Amino acid sequence: MQFIHKYASPRYFYQWAEPWQRRLAMISVFLFAVGLYWGLVLAPPDYQQGDSYRIMFIHVPAAWMSMLVYMLMAFAGVAALVWRIKVAEVMIGQCAVIGASFTALALVTGMLWGKPMWGAYWVWDARLTSELVLLFLYIGVLALHSAFEEPRNGARAAAILTLVGVVNIPIIHYSVEWWNTLHQGPTVTKFDSPSAHISMLMPLFVMVLAFKAYFFALLFMRVRSEVLAREKRAAWVREQLKREEEMV
Amino acid sequence: MQLFYAMLSRDLTLAVRRRRELANPLVFFVIIVSLFPLGVSPDHAVLRQMAPGVIWVTALLATLMSMDNMFRSDYEDGSLEQLLLLPGPKVLFVWTRIAAHWASIGLPLMILAPLMSLLLHFPAYALDSLIITLLISTPVLSLLGALGAALTLSLKSGGILSSLLILPFYIPLLIFSTMAINACVNHMPAAGFYALLGALLIISVMLVPFAVVAALKISYH
Repeated sequence: MQFIHKYASPRYFYQWAEPWQRRLAMISVFLFAVGLYWGLVLAPPDYQQGDSYRIMFIHVPAAWMSMLVYMLMAFAGVAALVWRIKVAEVMIGQCAVIGASFTALALVTGMLWGKPMWGAYWVWDARLTSELVLLFLYIGVLALHSAFEEPRNGARAAAILTLVGVVNIPIIHYSVEWWNTLHQGPTVTKFDSPSAHISMLMPLFVMVLAFKAYFFALLFMRVRSEVLAREKRAAWVREQLKREEEMV
Repeated sequence: MQLFYAMLSRDLTLAVRRRRELANPLVFFVIIVSLFPLGVSPDHAVLRQMAPGVIWVTALLATLMSMDNMFRSDYEDGSLEQLLLLPGPKVLFVWTRIAAHWASIGLPLMILAPLMSLLLHFPAYALDSLIITLLISTPVLSLLGALGAALTLSLKSGGILSSLLILPFYIPLLIFSTMAINACVNHMPAAGFYALLGALLIISVMLVPFAVVAALKISYH
């Protein structure tokens, strides 16, 4: 436990996350370059969908990240509620911002793909609907978090809401799935991607890694600056800023 | 147990003495349901098909309308703090408060909804499914709504925010309830949906009050 408290204290976090933030940012730029070139240029066109399927290289990683970020936010919520770790409190709000953006990106790319494929921007398919509900959950966390004047209270309230949401997400997901399958099945599943060829899966895999590196680099950057802002009266922040000025 | 009854009778007495306030969400329910035929179509077949969804969505909204006052007056006059300081488990207090709230909105809705469903030409033979789904689900509506009210308690504009937070959690209830009613209308077995709703009720009764207590404590930081 002491180990966690040491590394999760705002000061230590600020310092050890700094090199990681830089490394992850470089890794993500490299992986994005490789993955996008591979996916958009080298990978063969789909025999059914032509080139339209290539939006998948953005859409699928964004959709995966939208769920992963919610899980991370829930872990941060546990850490904030149980151990009152300040960095975890900061992380909840930042995860919510980034996660909501990933969810919105997944929805928008999905709609753009849906127009040529299904003939409509929006279909009340189970997956689309649960992604939309996930966006609502993120918006709720964001709204609650920002409504409090005292940021620590906002983080704790958002943490409780996130944990209730984690219990609810599987329930919502399955309820939406059953609702949909009884209403309309084949119109959507007919188009569901047949198991993709390895030449398409490899660039997708690279893009997934690129998104992950990008997310953590962004998260570290945002959390570090938020930590600085919240601790601006602490002695270590003044020392740190002085040191960084001298380095420049 | 004595404490439980004492708190329950206090809450119910308060509810009875504030009956005008209590009637507002119910009047809201009646008005919104009667707006749908005006806005969509007075055609029997259309109304009949919409009826379960309209009644359920309106019931969700009416419950949320009634939620803001659940803890607020006690918070403002300080009695909530005293209630939280009482010895014994704090969830007890939350349970009584939610039970009293359900008695003041869930029960009346169960009586009103069948009446309003007749205005929408809902078939009378499926009325029991409407009442059963309301009976199982309205306690869950009160439980989750209490969470929203508790989370936004110390905020000035809590009402609309708590609706934003809680409405996504109502989705499974809405889906299973309307599916059960539609199954009944189409002469298909609905017992599976009742079982699912019951499972949701059990999970929420067990878990949500603890989250409500944690949320109430934030207001005193």
